[in-house]
Amino acid sequence: MACILAFVEQRDGVIRKASLESLSEAKRQADAAGWTTCAALIGHGVAARAATLGAHGAATVYVVDDEKLARYSPEGYAAALQAVVDRCPPEALLMAGTIVGRDLSGRVAARLGVGCLSDCTQVTLEGGTLVAVRPVYSGKALATAEGGAKRPVVATLRPNVFPATAGGGVATVETVALPAVDLRAVVREVFAKEGGELDVAEADVIVSGGRGIKGPEHFALIRELAQALGGAVGASRAVVDAGWIDHGNQVGQTGKVVSPSLYIACGISGAIQHLAGMSSSKLIVAINKDPEAPIFKVADYGIVGDLFQVLPALTEEIRKLKAEG
Amino acid sequence: MKCCVLMAHVPDTASIIKVGPAGNRIDETGIKWIVSPYDEYALEEAIRLKETRGGDVTVLAYGPERVQQGLRECLARGADAAVHVAGSDATFGDALAIARVLAAAVAKTGPFDLVLTGIKGVGSDNALVGAMVAELLGLPHVSGVLKLEIGDGTLTAHREVEGGGEAITAPLPCVLTAQKGLNEPRYPSLKGIMAAKKVPIRALAFAELGLDEGALAGAEAGCRWRSLALPPVKSGGTILKGEEDPAGAARELARLLREQAKAI
Repeated sequence: MACILAFVEQRDGVIRKASLESLSEAKRQADAAGWTTCAALIGHGVAARAATLGAHGAATVYVVDDEKLARYSPEGYAAALQAVVDRCPPEALLMAGTIVGRDLSGRVAARLGVGCLSDCTQVTLEGGTLVAVRPVYSGKALATAEGGAKRPVVATLRPNVFPATAGGGVATVETVALPAVDLRAVVREVFAKEGGELDVAEADVIVSGGRGIKGPEHFALIRELAQALGGAVGASRAVVDAGWIDHGNQVGQTGKVVSPSLYIACGISGAIQHLAGMSSSKLIVAINKDPEAPIFKVADYGIVGDLFQVLPALTEEIRKLKAEG
Repeated sequence: MKCCVLMAHVPDTASIIKVGPAGNRIDETGIKWIVSPYDEYALEEAIRLKETRGGDVTVLAYGPERVQQGLRECLARGADAAVHVAGSDATFGDALAIARVLAAAVAKTGPFDLVLTGIKGVGSDNALVGAMVAELLGLPHVSGVLKLEIGDGTLTAHREVEGGGEAITAPLPCVLTAQKGLNEPRYPSLKGIMAAKKVPIRALAFAELGLDEGALAGAEAGCRWRSLALPPVKSGGTILKGEEDPAGAARELARLLREQAKAI
């Protein structure tokens, strides 16, 4: 029977939430087409996680477990995924649009000689052809794109867009051997981010600061609100270029394009490049002293006021509400 | 060091995007075209390697006639040679087809020690071409490079991952994609602009690459864009006045987020 394969990413043995979203979407699409759902789990010492993927819709989980796969490398993972594709073989290959997924998808698609639809926010199957909606020009437009004739067409799905569902059954686990592979680009060292801060690309809530915060020391106000909400700290290009915060925090056309459930923009006027990067957020809140700031045009809620007074009060209110449960 | 930089020519990031008459491409009326910002980081790194280690920099682009402006700009910044594979927009948005063309052109004009490009073009936003070109050429790659050190026949590249960073080593030749933060690109000098005018741009035809654009965009296509639409326009947000009573506005906002939007 035809199938859809979902690549499931794990880091240090923990399955990524975005991968469960992709697996769940693979299951929804496969069910609609009358196909089966398979998952590929790649790593070292990860076999024990395989059976749990049945709950998210996988009928068969192909496990490639090898010490060469202990850390992600594009060559090692592409070889492993190709071996699963050869065994399966699927009509479509879905994966989460994480840093690993965005990197691996290109390597593996070129290896298979198939197309790749990147950063999709909607996918459907039309007569067996994968059709996707994907934000382009950093979200200023939406392209509807279809995969080519050669299968499996690869697609990466934007994190936080597709719901992860449970309630499936028990998966059959099959082991696939890693073919001989010469790893050339390899990780030598890993650095953890200071304070273990949540990354904007993965966060469900983002609180961002712009030039209106007036100086790097005032990011504390942004951080406190982000902490109260369990969210990540974002920033506009202006403050990244000014060196107030790391580029990894930048949201916008030359930063990260994000779709969290809640995006709070503080002291950000809303340049077209910033709006492009965050306007697909489900709920947008703007706090700015300029009532004419373009950010208010995309905001669901906003406060025209001084963020130095509004933010501490808002953080306190939210802490109170969270404490009430 | 012989470096090759793959350049995408894209609408200025300040452009307002409208749907063009074909329905699956943008309206190019009034669009100012620029070297993709991430490709600027790739080019700058290649020029710095030339300045510190010797060698040369070739810039390569695939696309319509206008990409030659982008190639000239790269020459003005310090690239030594430019190669243009002239094509239509038939393969637009299909990273596989574009990577096939670029990989063939790199193979034709090389060998190179390093192939650099931006982590993404700010247009079709695929962020695929670097890894695809590496795979097609049988080279290793590192994407999203923030810091680069070159050793004896090897490189160490730093990149961001969720929640931290990694240092990756790879042998040369290698493909790298540049992330913002790698360097601060220079502006072209007047002398550079004048000198760039005299450098001939080498034209590479599809026939020389053994490729057929019609086939790449047709039977062999990885994907195609059916249609393009603008995102829905938002309106009617609830904007509170917080100039007089900031704490009151904050309280009201928190209440709305909880009770109306159910976001907290």
